[in-house]
This record gives sequence, structure tokens and C-alpha cells, in this order.
Amino acid sequence: MKTIRLGAGAGFSGDRIEPAVELAEKGRLDFLVFECLAERTIALAQQDRRRNPAGGYDPLLAERMRAVLPACVANGVRIVTNMGAANCLGAAEQVRDVARSLGLKGLRIAAVTGDDVLAAITAGDFTIEETGEPVSALKDVLVSANAYLGAGPLVEALDRGADVVIAGRAADPALFLAPQVHAFGWAWDDWTRLGRGTLAGHLLECAGQITGGYFADPGYKDVPDLARLGFPIGEVSEDGTVVITKVEGSGGAVTAATCKEQLLYEVHDPARYLQPDVIADFSGVLIEEVGPDRVRVTGATGRARTGHLKVSVGYVDSCVGEGQISYAGPGALERGRMAIEIVAERLRLTGVPCSETRGELIGVDSILGTRQQAGEASPREVRVRFVGRTETMADAVRVGNEVEALYLNGPAGGGGVAKSAREIIGVKSAYIPEGLVRPRVDILES
Amino acid sequence: MRLREIAHSRTGDKGDTSNISVIAYDIADYPLILREVTVARVRQHFAGRATGEIVRYELPQLGALNFVIQGALRGGVTRSLALDAHGKCLGSAMLDIEVDAKD
Repeated sequence: MKTIRLGAGAGFSGDRIEPAVELAEKGRLDFLVFECLAERTIALAQQDRRRNPAGGYDPLLAERMRAVLPACVANGVRIVTNMGAANCLGAAEQVRDVARSLGLKGLRIAAVTGDDVLAAITAGDFTIEETGEPVSALKDVLVSANAYLGAGPLVEALDRGADVVIAGRAADPALFLAPQVHAFGWAWDDWTRLGRGTLAGHLLECAGQITGGYFADPGYKDVPDLARLGFPIGEVSEDGTVVITKVEGSGGAVTAATCKEQLLYEVHDPARYLQPDVIADFSGVLIEEVGPDRVRVTGATGRARTGHLKVSVGYVDSCVGEGQISYAGPGALERGRMAIEIVAERLRLTGVPCSETRGELIGVDSILGTRQQAGEASPREVRVRFVGRTETMADAVRVGNEVEALYLNGPAGGGGVAKSAREIIGVKSAYIPEGLVRPRVDILES
Repeated sequence: MRLREIAHSRTGDKGDTSNISVIAYDIADYPLILREVTVARVRQHFAGRATGEIVRYELPQLGALNFVIQGALRGGVTRSLALDAHGKCLGSAMLDIEVDAKD
């Protein structure tokens, strides 16, 4: 049975660079996929592009491509990525320039566009999923609306001979499903195979999270050599069965346990994993270790897709100001709590309007809340974190300033202040009929 | 016995919803986990944090449960003021649940 080898070269925009080079050089890959676009990143990229029309794509694009293109071209490895973000054509031009600077002629680079549905979603009658409000209620603060494209336009790009496919907002598993549909010629209504291909994509899309990254718990779950973590390879067969493995000698581990954690990562109902191309069903999946760092995953199925695409709607939500300060030694906890009370009162006295605030002690109650165990020892040091939501940046700045002023005006012995103020781009979702989304593929050559 | 002795976990996030897996190291412990780690126990364990609906999905062939907790992320990853806006730490906290191994 024909098989192809898919590598995952990045699981987020800031991911390590060298594991992808290792995959391109030693992974005997057919395709190398980079997933670099989180829920909010696309909205931030749209804002970036509005400020700078030549920008709006992943800031590490050139660095990643310079690192992997020589080995990819030498070994016939084709690249698929969503690093185009809000400017796929600009990203494709940059990859072309990088290829030329490396002396790589004749490389075909595809830009997949059409995920930007801001015009369609503001013209029509659409509902925000989380609130039930009409999208039009956000119209004064809307930043972006991007539909999650399926594998279709990516397959078109590969069918037309693209060596590098650059998309923006596409469903993460679709980046991996596309090379499978291209290589095996699966039909678009072969729900079982599309479901299996989606599973392979889902397992691979977070890169190191299936090879032992985000897994280690010393004494319980030990993982070797995380500083040299190898990124995953999926060996996919024509029937959609996948074996997850990694480059021999790289760090990390592929076990049934790492695969189970990743199988359920960001999944709600395992029987209904909604994707643009299929409703994948992971409820009957079987996971079996078949060799060292080799795990076979079978048993996914699928059902007909919904016909609607999820849209990430970005909007200007609010501003957030934050300050942190540390206290240590006897009474650190009491002085930290006092600091929080002082900042809250200062914001009231000076009229900084916050619609929401949090004052907490990092290491004590910032993650799990205030539930204190009886008899717990008083901490030797605490770090105060005070954060407030405001309408304006000027007010957000004042939140951090009040924490900083604790140096001279607050409890004894405060040290190590850090402060920040930022605009918050919120993301909500809507659904749009797939017929209203028109993907397009353009191909450049180096 | 703490759940940590027999199970591992990972947390995922989507919008204001958190999902937390609980996976038996040894599938023989799955019936115990199924009996002890109920929706009610999870709601109690995350009291004050898990305000919305909690659904438990069962994957017996993997020895795994998947808890989906609505409204766990204080308004959602993108706008939450929480230090761990994604709720990434919740899975480790889940393993602090006490399980009674006696029949």
C-alpha cells in the first residue's frame, strides 16, 4: 500500500527552528507542514497589515524558509503552511526572494487567499456564536473576519505543482489533510478517509506536543532530551491509517500516552470534531505501540460536513494595564495582600475607571484561586500581580504606574516591578455558508 | 490516593471552554477512574472556576475521559485577565483529586 510521510515543522508561530531542519534533512519526508497561526494571531496580523501594507504575514517566515529550503529542495520535500496570515501574496513574494537569494531557481510558490470574509460578514445577517448578538453590533470595533478554509484550495495548489503552499486562515488539520488528498486522490465525499486524514492532521498539528513536549512530569512521565525534542512524522497509508514517529536519535518520545494526550487536546465531543471538509469521529480510535517511538493510530471515521465554515471575528475589546511587584521574608504574604488593597484604593481615589480588576499573588492564588490548604506554610516570597481592564490606553498605563509607585509609597521591601499596558483584540466566532467563501490560488516562481 | 498516581492529563482551550483529559496509565484502572472522577467531583474540585455546564465523554478503549467545561476561562482566552488565560494549568490541578480505591 502506498504511504506518504508528513512532518510537522512548527506548532505555533514562535516554535523552535532546528527541529524542522532535522526533519527536512533526515525525515525522508514527502511534505513538511508548519502550523503557525493561532486564533487571535490572524486578527493581529490584519491590524499589522493595515499599518504596513507590505506586512501582515508571519514575522519568522523568512528565517524558517532560509533554514529549511535547501534541504527541502535537495530531498524533494514540499512545504504547506498558514504563515501567510493576513498577506499570503506578500508572504509568497518573500519566499520567492529567499529562494532566489539561496540560488534556488524554478521553485513554485502558491498563495491561497479568500479566507478574508470581512465584507461578506458585515453585508449579511450573521450571528456571533458566543453571545447570540448580530455581527453588525460589533461593526464599529471590527478588525477582521477570516473563515477557516478547508483542504480544497491547498490541494489545488499541490495539484498545480506548488513546491511551497502558503495559506492564511485554514483549519489546522486541513494543512495536513491536503497533502493526503493530493497524494491519494481521495474523493471529497469519502467521509471515512477524510475523517482519518483529519485525525492524522490533528495529531501532528501541534508538532512537539506529540513527541514528548508538554508531557514531562518528573518521576511520573519522564521524557529524554527535551532540549533536542524531535518533531513528529506521520506515515499515512492510502486507507488513512497513520503511524506517528520521529527522526531516530532526536530527543523526546512517541508513546501511546503522548498520542492519547494529543488526541484529546482541544477536542470537545470526540464523535463530532467539526472541520470544513468533514465531521471527524475520533470516538472509536485505537492507539497501539508498534515499535520504539512508533505508534499506530486507527479507527477514526467521518460524516458529511456541515456546509458552513467557522469564522474568527476579531474586534477591539478593551485595554488592559498590569503591574507586578515582589515581597520576601517574614510577612511577605501580608505585605503582598496589603499592596493589592492599596492599588485598588488608589485607582478609586484617582478615578481610573476599570470595568474589571484582578489582584492576586503569583505562587499563592493566581492560578487556582484562594482555596488555601490548612496548615500550609507561609510562602518565603510572593509576587503581586494587579491587572485592570480599561477603555483607554491612558487609563491602562495608570494601572501599572500605581503598582510601580508602591516602591516609595507602599509596604516595606517591594522589589522587581514590571508593568505593561496593551490593547486587547478579542476573538469571537460566527458561521458562514461555504458557498459565500471563494478561495483563490496564485502561483509565483523563483 | 491522588488521581495523579493512576492517570495523566492535558488541557485544551477553545474560546471560553476548557477541555481536560484524564487518561489511565494502566487501562485496568479505568473503571475506578470512571466511578470516582464524575462530573459532580470535577465541579466540586474546580468550585468557583467551573461555572458553566460540564460534560464528560468516555473513551473506554483508550482508558480515557474528556471533560468539557463551559465558561472556565473567565470570558475566553483572548480577553481574560487571568495569568493563565488558556487554563493550561487546569489539567495538572485535576490530578489532585482524591480517589477512593476501595470497592
